Amino acid sequence: MPENPLLEVKGVYKHFDISGGFLDKLSFEKGKPYLNKTYVKAVNNVSFDINTGETFSVVGESGCGKSTLGRSIIGLYKINRGKTYYSGKRIDSLSEKQMLHYRKKMQMVFQDPYASLNPRKNVKSILTAPLKFHFPDLSAGEINDKASEVLELVGGDTAWFKRLPHEFSGGQRQRISIARALIVDPEFIVADEPISALDVSIQAQIINLLIDAQNKRGLTYLFVAHDLSVVEHISDKVMVMYLGTICELADTKTLFSDPRHPYTRALFSAIPKLGKPSVKHIPLEGEVPTPINLPTGCVFHGRCRHANERCKNEVPALIEKDGRKIACHGVEEGRI
Amino acid sequence: MSENLLNVNNLVVNFKMRSGEVTAINDISFSLLKGEKFGLVGESGAGKSVTGFSIIKLISKPGYIKSGEILFKNTDLAKLDYESIRKIRGNRISMIFQDPMMTLNPVLTIGTQMMETLMAHKNISKSEARKIAVEKLKKVHIPSPEKRLEQYPHEFSGGMRQRIIIAISLLTDPELIIADEPTTALDVTIQAEIMELLLQLCDSMGMGLILITHDLAVVSQVTDRMAVMYAGKIIEEGNTLEIIENPKHPYTEGLIAALPESASTKEKLNQIPGNMPGLGKIPEGCSFHPRCTKMMDICLTDEPELKEYKSLHRKISCHLYNEKEH
Amino acid sequence: MMGKISKFRNSYLWYSFKNDKFAITSFLVFMLLLIIAVFAPLISPYNPYSPDNIFILNAEMPPFWIDGGSKEFLLGTDDQGRDLLSTMIYGLRISIIIGIGAVLLQAILGIIIGLISGYVGGKIDSFFMRLADVQLSFSYLMVAIFLSAIFKAAFGVGTFGEVAVPFLIIVIGLAQWPQYARTVRASVLAEKEKEYVQAARVTGFGSVKIMWSHILPNCLSPIFVLSTIQVANAVMSEAALSFLGLGMPVTRPSLGSLINSGFEYIFSGSWWITAFPGIVLVILVLSVNMLGDWLRDTLNPKLYKG
Repeated sequence: MPENPLLEVKGVYKHFDISGGFLDKLSFEKGKPYLNKTYVKAVNNVSFDINTGETFSVVGESGCGKSTLGRSIIGLYKINRGKTYYSGKRIDSLSEKQMLHYRKKMQMVFQDPYASLNPRKNVKSILTAPLKFHFPDLSAGEINDKASEVLELVGGDTAWFKRLPHEFSGGQRQRISIARALIVDPEFIVADEPISALDVSIQAQIINLLIDAQNKRGLTYLFVAHDLSVVEHISDKVMVMYLGTICELADTKTLFSDPRHPYTRALFSAIPKLGKPSVKHIPLEGEVPTPINLPTGCVFHGRCRHANERCKNEVPALIEKDGRKIACHGVEEGRI
Repeated sequence: MSENLLNVNNLVVNFKMRSGEVTAINDISFSLLKGEKFGLVGESGAGKSVTGFSIIKLISKPGYIKSGEILFKNTDLAKLDYESIRKIRGNRISMIFQDPMMTLNPVLTIGTQMMETLMAHKNISKSEARKIAVEKLKKVHIPSPEKRLEQYPHEFSGGMRQRIIIAISLLTDPELIIADEPTTALDVTIQAEIMELLLQLCDSMGMGLILITHDLAVVSQVTDRMAVMYAGKIIEEGNTLEIIENPKHPYTEGLIAALPESASTKEKLNQIPGNMPGLGKIPEGCSFHPRCTKMMDICLTDEPELKEYKSLHRKISCHLYNEKEH
Repeated sequence: MMGKISKFRNSYLWYSFKNDKFAITSFLVFMLLLIIAVFAPLISPYNPYSPDNIFILNAEMPPFWIDGGSKEFLLGTDDQGRDLLSTMIYGLRISIIIGIGAVLLQAILGIIIGLISGYVGGKIDSFFMRLADVQLSFSYLMVAIFLSAIFKAAFGVGTFGEVAVPFLIIVIGLAQWPQYARTVRASVLAEKEKEYVQAARVTGFGSVKIMWSHILPNCLSPIFVLSTIQVANAVMSEAALSFLGLGMPVTRPSLGSLINSGFEYIFSGSWWITAFPGIVLVILVLSVNMLGDWLRDTLNPKLYKG
């Protein structure tokens, strides 16, 4: 696939300030007062590109920052450091007004089908609102047509128009959410765990829907997920995150056939394989540290069997090796 | 030949709704040998959790056991009164729930919660209870258990909380553990550890396990036999690995085919059209027929029964196999 | 329209109402009182405010079933010679006007502040919540005394009588906006994190549009419940103020002022001047409270799911 980045993310940091009010922050050291600030360091120095037409997946366990990353890219959070570019234009520093233009191009599908639709609005209202907002010149007939078209695309039915969200199942609601995302004709969609809350047989329906939509409309996806088998099935490239940092980034085949980063290996070995009795999984020592007090050096060093002194003190840079990007001293040094 | 630990016979569980009564569990039967690991698999709404709760009569209004037997070593649990079932619950049969955050009381220390469980069932002193609690915490690999007894649930991570819950369920050395989606709320790496722990404990302590889950991969790693539920009925039952290699019921086939592992990359997944029918909206005849690719005329009118097919080494509830001898 | 009616008839709200005897009873009682209040001029035997009807010689006549009473004045007369029944009917009207008026004021003010506070957060939230704290720490009685004293001093007692109703609406309304603000703010904080709000932000909708047409409709349940309770409270507050002489003047008494004016006469035997308005007040407040209770139970999502 020709390298044609639609989205470029460079050195992005997102930290949440949870210091609390003035009195919470106040503390004394050696008799002098100072303000103690606490941050949740959700995303730390993440850089990658997504090419047009690609499905790029971000995987990791809870607390790794993948959801925060997705939301920061689409502009729900303002990043603290770094830059994001869409079609070559910088988008992280735009005002809400300037961002409006990009809101037509970038859309999002959320995880919880029960919370992602306004319980008080019927399906027609939910679908047509973004359309009316971005394309005020459309006639009522055109709006109606577009809504019907996109609803049918997701396997729905115009009979759904008058109904309220609570009358639908989880899978149907997720279809409506996808229809809402598609109605403004976006180019890029961030899908934040869109199938995690659904049953297995419904998951298959929704995945097929997403693949279909991508083929029909030439969409680019940023897929945030924790289900590795789904990720393996639909992605072109996969990025593994741990505590806000990139561990490994490679195209799907390379990563799944030959994971190198110790965390990626442990993660993959933990996936239960269908129909095969327990493969001995690689146990991780200790517990997941908190993103408030990040470990020094490599964030994974406390749980890694191959960690050495350098790992404790020096943050590994994301380097190119063996057809992938990887941040690991051990791999760089050829130890692992 | 091990004796049967649990025999569920023709269990029917109904819910009294304002529109009338609906059947959640529609005549299911299965049995468990001593020390056997059994999987109860299905999607949400199939009735697997309700089954798990019914075994120890944890169903609350508007649900109730309408008929059937739940024979736990010859005692019919369905007929026991409140006092008697309390002696069995948490004592001979333990249950592990899905969400570790909700199962532990946030305002009591781990030690209090463990010791009160013990002292409720056994006539022992506080210090003896403490000793047993520490021993069980060690069994689930919680480091420095003596110190940890004084801590509160919020001081532990999700994985550790689930381990503590497993430890609590082991306190009275039960004979059967019912685990309702014990790892769904946990990360993949923690899930693997917890499942391995459960497996190890069941083997070493000779406990039976009923694993309720929707995750076919997990069930294939842990259980010996499994039953697939759909709309309140068991539609296939047999050896776990055999079912996964060679599913017989169209629903089971569809379920396995729908998994991403079964399809080639970026190809569309095999999907089962439609949705599982909700309570009270179950179709006539075979409850799966509207979604079945192999539907025949008889499926529209006649409800199939769960029959054992010795040659296939399987119990199946499907008209497709009617001609085959039992 | 027919669609909406049939939808209502099929709804859980109607079902729960039909089957709850307390709800039906309290609703009917409240409606009855409301109708009496609205049609006061038509129902009331006399107009108690017109001087033609007041003869001091008629003062303190007992109810008609007691010796000394007469059918002309069914429930007796008050200390000024006004027919007690008529005065009560008009007094009920005033109590209800003030009750509902004050609640409207509180609600509008509280909802707007709660929405902004909850959605925007940060320093604005802190400011409004501290303001609410300050407001709540002022006893409304104290504020009423203070303000009415100033008003009377500046404009005279007569003028005060004319603007008593709006004055009381403002005083009671301002006293209680923090209840609404806090309730709405709590709802907003919960709804704000939900994904449909984030979807609205991703679509590009502005804050005002999101607050007004996305979040507010989802906060209505607690607002309805609170409103019923607050109407009852407002009526009680006005009664208390009037009882203390800070509220409605003697010339245009509300239920509270009637209770007040009759108070001195209890021990001298004219118990009816206090008793009957008191009973009506209790019935009014009780019916509104019970409606509120029923509404809260019905709209409670946890109970609903069961």
